[in-house]
Amino acid sequence: MAFLQIKNVEMVGVAGGVPKQIVPTISTTSKYGAEDFVATTGVAEKRYSNEFTTSDLGLAAAERLIADLQWEKNEIGALIFVSQTPDYILPATSCILQDRLSLSKDCYSLDISLGCSGWVYGMSVISSLMQTGMIKKAILIAGDARKQCFEEADQLFGFAATATALEYRDGADGFQFHFGTDGSGYDAIIKPVGGCRNQVTAENLVPKMCEDGRMRHGFQTHMKGLDVFAFGITTAPKSIKKLVAEYNLNVEKIEYYVFHQANKKMNETIRKKLKLTEEQVPYSMTNFGNTSSASIPITIVTQLKDKIKSGKRTEFIGCGFGVGLSWGTIHFTTENLVISNLVEL
Amino acid sequence: MKSLEEFVELFAEQFDETDASVFTPQTVFHDVEEWSSLTGLSVIAMVDEEFDVTLKGDDVKTSVTIEDLYNKVISKL
Repeated sequence: MAFLQIKNVEMVGVAGGVPKQIVPTISTTSKYGAEDFVATTGVAEKRYSNEFTTSDLGLAAAERLIADLQWEKNEIGALIFVSQTPDYILPATSCILQDRLSLSKDCYSLDISLGCSGWVYGMSVISSLMQTGMIKKAILIAGDARKQCFEEADQLFGFAATATALEYRDGADGFQFHFGTDGSGYDAIIKPVGGCRNQVTAENLVPKMCEDGRMRHGFQTHMKGLDVFAFGITTAPKSIKKLVAEYNLNVEKIEYYVFHQANKKMNETIRKKLKLTEEQVPYSMTNFGNTSSASIPITIVTQLKDKIKSGKRTEFIGCGFGVGLSWGTIHFTTENLVISNLVEL
Repeated sequence: MKSLEEFVELFAEQFDETDASVFTPQTVFHDVEEWSSLTGLSVIAMVDEEFDVTLKGDDVKTSVTIEDLYNKVISKL
């Protein structure tokens, strides 16, 4: 049973960086119109720009957050970068960000390659590193943006990167987690070419007709939408229920359930299965689309900034699920959470 | 357990513009003009809610008639 409890670490700040360019949803297939797509997915527009990589957006978010928290950069002992759109195949983008952020060389830096579940996994890794108190302050950067090859804006996916700040504090409630993996569904969401399994060849870059009537080459993400949907609506509610049961969480006290912003149909199905109210389940997908590992923190930044009062304890459940297939649920409490204004590049 | 007729009714409810009278157990649903992967999501959600069964994308793709799909749901109960 992949449960985990980490004490003495607190989430103290969160920020998001997005391209300022807004791209409205249009129809790209003869099978359904833009209106039907918006009604089902909930995605009316998203942020897109080919100018910035994920790390550019993450850097901007982290700089803003560090300034808002009034942290000294040399106090930051760990930097984790969660993304499936790194700057390079190698070196790790976290190493580059250590330098671009002017962090101390006494810094633990690590990349994690996960998507929709990535923020939750990143939170578990970074808080595990901190729980003994050797690392007092750390930053988790998570998101996805510019692709390996130029692509027009996707209808479902938006670009965003986020920075989450954590601090060691003796006696802090910490976090509880539940995790799961089902690699048999590895090809449900896959970019088949570019790694070492399918090497880069000229032929692999030729667009081919896909089942959904769209042309894609091997460097683009291929998704089995129906399988991912079936996975999400069954796995996410179970993972949340398991976490609540394992740690005897008082659901009356949990104010917000922040889900990975997969699509509205999927998230609404999950919400109804868990019998949650609309107020408990904020959505950023309407204006930002599905933002991969940025989706949970970007939802906090864009939907909850005015609702979460500083000095008031607020309990959350976050749940990420998707590419891998991989899923994770986190329970966390904030008290003096600094939520930076959205950074737009 | 829900009957085939009830399943056809629930299936028809997933369509906004196609009249419910169009649907019978023998309907080749991929040929219904309004059918798309978006309707497919609704059907998977309906089966999950009404039958507590998780359909795979292939279950939907390889079913020809509504009755075929009903039989797949029943086989997973």
